[in-house]
Amino acid sequence: MRHPEQETLLAVEESAATTAIASSGGKSDGPAVVLRGLHKSFGNQIVLDGIDLTVEDGETLAVLGRSGTGKSVLLKLIIGLQKPDSGSIGIHGQEITLLHLDALNAIRKKMGFLFQQAALYDSLTVEQNVAFPLKRHTKMTESEQGDRVKELLASVGMEGDLKKMPSDLSGGMQKRVGLARALALDPGILLLDEPTAGLDPITSGEIDELILKLQAEHHMASIVVTHDLHSAKTIADRLALLHEGKVQIEGSFKELEESDNAFVEEFLKRDS
Amino acid sequence: MMSPNARIPRRWTNLDAGQAALPLPSALVSVWSPINHFLEWFGDLGLFAWEVARSAVRRPFEGRELIRQLDEIGSRSFPLVALAGAAIGAVLSLESRYSLVRFGAKSMLPAALVYSIIRETGPIVTGLVVSGRVGAGIGAELGSMKVTEQIDAIEASGVNPFKFLAFTRIVACILMLPLLTLVADFCGVLFGWIAETLVEPVSFLSFLNKGFVGANFSDLLAPTFRTAVFGLIIGMIGCFQGMRAKGGTAGVGFSATSSVVLSSLFVILADVILVKFILVFFP
Repeated sequence: MRHPEQETLLAVEESAATTAIASSGGKSDGPAVVLRGLHKSFGNQIVLDGIDLTVEDGETLAVLGRSGTGKSVLLKLIIGLQKPDSGSIGIHGQEITLLHLDALNAIRKKMGFLFQQAALYDSLTVEQNVAFPLKRHTKMTESEQGDRVKELLASVGMEGDLKKMPSDLSGGMQKRVGLARALALDPGILLLDEPTAGLDPITSGEIDELILKLQAEHHMASIVVTHDLHSAKTIADRLALLHEGKVQIEGSFKELEESDNAFVEEFLKRDS
Repeated sequence: MMSPNARIPRRWTNLDAGQAALPLPSALVSVWSPINHFLEWFGDLGLFAWEVARSAVRRPFEGRELIRQLDEIGSRSFPLVALAGAAIGAVLSLESRYSLVRFGAKSMLPAALVYSIIRETGPIVTGLVVSGRVGAGIGAELGSMKVTEQIDAIEASGVNPFKFLAFTRIVACILMLPLLTLVADFCGVLFGWIAETLVEPVSFLSFLNKGFVGANFSDLLAPTFRTAVFGLIIGMIGCFQGMRAKGGTAGVGFSATSSVVLSSLFVILADVILVKFILVFFP
């Protein structure tokens, strides 16, 4: 149970967070994302064991690692879908782990999330999927929303599929629509969970190019979780390799290649 | 000389006493485990209800989604509820006629039919039909959304899923159940009259006059409004089971089935309790 003074401080902090983030277009002081000493376990299984990472505005960090090393969990912690056992998560200088739901939602609106399977709402059309955040969080008129949806879908090459249902789309097309939806509110931070998983090499390449183009247009901080070393090399400024709940190495692709860490060597060798 | 242990059956030797004690903890576990699961389930349901109640007082109020759910739950259950009410009315009329004729109380048929339909049969049939159609629908829809991360996507976009998905469905169930009950009541009485008039022609007005003789407003109002509680149960359990679905298609199937089974069970239990409650407050 919190002390009354703690409650007051937290309320002031939340209010300040909501106001600051709302008035700054999603960007405020400090790096876009700062993770410090992040721990997360499920039962006896330790998934994240003290993660420290920093992502600056406009920078793209690729998080690599074997299956089940907690890469997707890391993204869900950053957007507040799961709570860490301990550690801190700073979003543009704002600690989010103690925030109440309303303040957390104010921060979530400034982040875009592309899920591994795109997670499009299957009862809504492509157009309605992309319009969903606009309807919820903006005061745009119907025609302004329509224009914005067309613009977003055009930017991902899906302008001709407005009325299609998600079940009528291929995996790559669903990812494109998911990207358009993630970008709807012009976020300052983009979180991408396996953007090329399950796609053929040509479609993967197209998605990589699309991400690069969108990053150049929107100048967002991005965190990309992937198994795909080639994709990571193409779209990321920096890479972090997770193993046994810790960041084994962090740096440019060249630095990873030059590392004499046995796991890093094994990982790069396997993937090449 | 006979050893003291010789008369003791083999299974009761000292050597076995220690071994016999071993299965005891597992026996306790097998009894305790389902109780523990049940208590855990109730605790989780309580927390879920609390989250939904908390979300209800926060803006925005999701009017558009509520209207969509009213249509989905109300209008689309209309044909099934009307059919069930009609069938029950016709069957009750035919069966009651046979019994009442035997006891020389044929003239009581309209009153017996109307009372049984508006006080009990209409509400419980509506509750069970809606728990089957809507409970399964909500459980499957939300279960599918849960396992495909659509609920996470809603939450990640800064929308409260407890309000957007659960609160709207629960309120729609609460509002639509009494209206659907009136539909079932009307169809039951109408088809009861049709079944009766096929055997012995009687005007609908005369049938109604005889049926509602001595009836007062609370005879209709209290049983009809108790179905709002059925709506709360169906909506709450459907959403709860759907939003805690795990795994793939098996998880969705389980959430749909368990929504129907649990909501039907709790509707029947609530019916028993509420009938007693209504008899006390509206004798």
